[in-house]
Parts: sequence; structure tokens; C-alpha cells
Amino acid sequence: MAYAFSEKLEKKFQWLLTRYPQSDAVLLPLLHDVQDEAGYLTPDAIDFVAGKLNLSSARVREVASFYSMFKMNKKGKFVLQVCHNLSCYLAGADDVVKALEDKLGIKAGQMTEDEVFSIERVECLASCSTAPVMQVNVWDYHESLTPESALKIIDDLKSGKLAMPSYEDRIAAGGDA
Amino acid sequence: MTQKMTKEHKLENRVVIAGFEEKDSWTLEVFEGKLGGYVAAKKAVAMANDEIINVVKEAGLRGLGGAGFPAGVKWSFIPKEPKKPVYLVVNADEGEPGTFKDRQILEHLPHRLIEGMICAAAAVNAKTAYIYIRGELRLARIRMEEAVEEAYKAGYLGKNIFGSGRDLDITVHPGAGAYICGEETGLIESLEGDRGQPRLKPPFPAISGVFGGPTVVNNVETLSHVPGIINNGAEWFLGLGAGTARTSGTKLLCVSGDVQNPGFYEIPVGTKLSVLLNDICGGPLPGRTFKACYPGGSSAPLLRADEFDVPMDFDSLAAVGTMMGSGAVIVMDDRRSIPEMAMRTARFYAHESCGQCVPCREGTNWLASMLKRLCRGEGAMGDIDKLLDACDNMKGRTICVLADACAMPVESMLKKFRSEFEAIAKPDDQVEAIVPKVSGQMAALMESVRARQMTK
Repeated sequence: MAYAFSEKLEKKFQWLLTRYPQSDAVLLPLLHDVQDEAGYLTPDAIDFVAGKLNLSSARVREVASFYSMFKMNKKGKFVLQVCHNLSCYLAGADDVVKALEDKLGIKAGQMTEDEVFSIERVECLASCSTAPVMQVNVWDYHESLTPESALKIIDDLKSGKLAMPSYEDRIAAGGDA
Repeated sequence: MTQKMTKEHKLENRVVIAGFEEKDSWTLEVFEGKLGGYVAAKKAVAMANDEIINVVKEAGLRGLGGAGFPAGVKWSFIPKEPKKPVYLVVNADEGEPGTFKDRQILEHLPHRLIEGMICAAAAVNAKTAYIYIRGELRLARIRMEEAVEEAYKAGYLGKNIFGSGRDLDITVHPGAGAYICGEETGLIESLEGDRGQPRLKPPFPAISGVFGGPTVVNNVETLSHVPGIINNGAEWFLGLGAGTARTSGTKLLCVSGDVQNPGFYEIPVGTKLSVLLNDICGGPLPGRTFKACYPGGSSAPLLRADEFDVPMDFDSLAAVGTMMGSGAVIVMDDRRSIPEMAMRTARFYAHESCGQCVPCREGTNWLASMLKRLCRGEGAMGDIDKLLDACDNMKGRTICVLADACAMPVESMLKKFRSEFEAIAKPDDQVEAIVPKVSGQMAALMESVRARQMTK
């Protein structure tokens, strides 16, 4: 299916263009929104963005591939990102990753067969005094984790007890959870 | 979800995060109604540019993102009669491991940052400003976007702000996960929609920065101090510090790792590290003793526990061979393995190297690989000196300081805790040379060559 901006994103795109003296500068904010809409940066989505900005697809890909938040591959419905940097390591992040890996039967960097969960090891998430920390879907911070509490999050995500409100819901709720 | 609120410790002095605990502190209503917000902004837009620059210079406000460069001096580099528009860019790409201070300001006191930006923009005649926020910090971005919108509606941003004849537009710009974009020219490249690879300097951003215009890049915490200085004067700010004129103001410190009360604290500049860790953070965990800490983020060379009696200010820390950096204190107690910490430090920088300079791209990866091998117990005694040699060849040889940021802490760990590395290394003659792993067709080919040699 060919990708195209939603009506809302088209409006935002036009607004973004008014905020910078050069149109290339809208690329990062725009790719974030495209990724939110398309799930990941599909080849189609990249071509579409390139066309909108009068850039080559290779150029958009070149920029996007530099940044760790832009994904070019399909990820699970829930992407579990556990920080493994210094403060989180000191607080036991490795045990948390291992518990998740054992429970889901995959290694960090992989996705479960049913495409529900992906596990990733990531660098500092700026939550060091409440380490170890895990971020679900680049949004939900879960802090001061233990292997047990991390496993409970998986159960709650599976059962729907831990809802993942949409981006819009969050904004309507004032951003906080 | 957000940081747990801690009560102000008696040794703290909350200035830049004053009002943090107030309910809905991020709204204009509370910021203006209860926290005395936007008084300084109204004052600043009526002041002459040089007046603003001078009071900030006199106050001795330094860049609190890590470099410690005097903010007023930085502003004074902007040409008085520029040929292109001047830009103000806020570096909110907080990514230094151990650091979470700017996130607190962005999430809880976004209007204080906007107020600081109005003052700074007035000082350098910037009409356009961008806040480059680390992509991962979505709550911070939303709070900041909402605050900007509120400020526009109130007439504090846009055309003719406060009826002063000055204009200022602010746009919140998200990054997308790249530590290197915290480097100011990497940030500028990224803001222009490119890969965040730092630029050669000169020209410095003050002459040619974002979109080719003269550009000031300031950290969130630095700018958030400006309203206080405009309101209360340079003398007041100088008096906040614990020491001399070189140690004015307060500093947000982020404490994590092995202490009783990790968290973020705003303390007078010049407070001793030992006071911070023992009196404010409650000392080591029960039954443990401190071993070492990074005093200013993961790029800062380590201090041993016997070196903790040092004042936390830029110059005192530089004098003992380390740095204040971003103000992130990561503490390790006697259980911790220094080689393991060194490996994780190097691995981070290897991941974040942008790849354009060879000493950094290769150096960070070599440090990480050799340290991983040592931590697995498969490293050689000779690796220790090889690591030191590699560190030496990384420093000062690249476009930006990421290579130095990796080499400095690793080198300090090798030097100050050499015996720990020696304890896990094998004698050189017991370690096999690294043979690259091959598979598939290449392996079959090598096997056939070997077989032919055998039959000869």
C-alpha cells in the first residue's frame, strides 16, 4: 500500500515549512510523525517524504539511518527498550534484560514470532536516579525496575491491563501518565 | 512517570528549579501567578543589548551543558551588524550518561526556559529561536510545545513582544536519538535536517551557524538562570556560590549509582563533592564504602574515594584532572569492577561515534573490543598498555571531542585502578592472537588451501 500523509499530518507539514528558512530542516520532526503513522519508515513512506521535500529517497534514507530512533524494519507491537548504560547497569539492568529475554524466548534485538514484543538494549534514557529504566514504545517510562516488576509489565501489556494510550490521548491528558 | 519530587535539602539552594514542586508548575498561570514569571523578560526587552550581556558577564554565568564557557562572552561574539539573521538555539539534547537535569526543567518549568530565551534573544538580537530537544524525551517536548503555545497566546512570543518592538519566534525541534547532536555543530547540522556530524571550526557558530546565520547555542540550565540574574543582578548571582568570583551561582547535579539517596540537587557552586555524597545523598549503601565516581558525566575522568574532598566547580575539578561536565555524578561502591565500567563507557562512545574521524571511529571501537575481551577473562597483560596507547592517540586528533570524551575516563580508570585490570588479564604468551572468524565460502576456500598445503 502506497503511503501518504493523513490530512492532519499534511496540515502539520505545511505548518512546519513555515517555521524554518530551509525546507530540509523539517525532515526530523516530519519523520517522527511519519513513523508514528506508518509504524516504521517503510520504503514507501521514505519515497513519499522525499517527494514532498524534493529530495532523493537516498538522501532521506541517509539522514534517517543516522538516528537510532528511526526504524527501517518492522518492530513488535510493544518495543521494550532497556537502558544498559552505567547507572542502569549499576542498578541491575542486565538482570532485567535477561528476565525479559527468558520470558519471551528472544534475545535483545529480536522480535517475538507473533510480532507482539521486541526487546532492545539502549543507551542512557535520562532517568538515572530511578535506574534501571525501561521505555515502552518510545514513550512510557518504567523506572526503578526489578526482574519481577519488568515481567509484570509484560503480563499487563499482554492482558491489556496496562493500556498504551495513543499520542493524541496523551496530549489531551496533559502529557503525563 | 516523571521524577519523584524530593524535598529541598538544607544544603541545597534551589534557584533554577525553584517552584518545581508547585502543582501544575509548567502552566503559564502558575509560573506567572505564583512563581514571579516573566518579570525578567519584560525588563530585558526594554534593556539595551550590551546591558544584558554585561550583567550576565559580571555574574560569571558559565555554560552548564558541560563546557563551562562564559555565557555573556559567547553572546558578545555575535556581530552587532550581522548580514544574515541571528539565531538562538537551545541545546536540550541531554544525552550524557548519568544526566537528567535538563529533563526536569523542560518537564516542570518550561516557561522559565522561554523567559531565559527571551532575555538571551534580546541580548543578541535574535528573532528566531529553536529548542532542540532530545527525541526520547516526549513528555518534555509536549510540555515545551504547550508552553510555547501559551506564551504566543499571551503575546510573550511573536511580533512586538510586551510592546517592546522586538520579535521572537520559538519552535520546538525534536532530535532522533544521537548523542553527538549534543555537540553544538552536530546539533546545527541536525537542525538543518542532516546527519549530526560535527563541523570543522572555525568558522564558529557565532559567525556562521544554523542556516548560515550567526548563532548562539546555549544549554537549558544556562538559559534558565538568566531570568534570575536579570531580576536580581550580578552581585546576587555571585553570592549564590560557595566560593570566589570564579564559582558563582548554583549547579544542578544528578546523582546516580551506589548512594542512599540518588536524585537531582541544586547546590551552591563550590560545595564539596564529599558533602554532596555524604551529607546530601546520605552516604554509601549500608555496609558499603565508596570506591570511585565520575564527577561530571561519563566523559569525566574518575575520582577515587580518597579524592572526594574537592569543591564542585569548573576550576577545582579541572585542577584535579577531571571536569564538572554536565554535573552527573555516577557513584560506585566497593563491590564494583572498574574494568566492567570502563568497558561499558567505551561501548557507549563506540555506539555514538558519528564515524567521520578515524581516530574516533576506530579508537572507540578498539577500546570497547579490547575491554570486552579483558572482561571476559581472555585479555592479555599487554592489552593494558595498548589501551593506554590507543587513548593517547585518540585525544585531540578529531573534529569534535567525542574521542576525548571516551579516552579520558578510560585512561583514568586504567591509570588509577591498573591492578584491577592486571588481576583479570592473562600473561601475554597464554593469549592467542585474534584470528578473524570466517564462515561460508571463505571458510571452505581456506580449508581447501590448508589441505593442499598439508599434502605438499
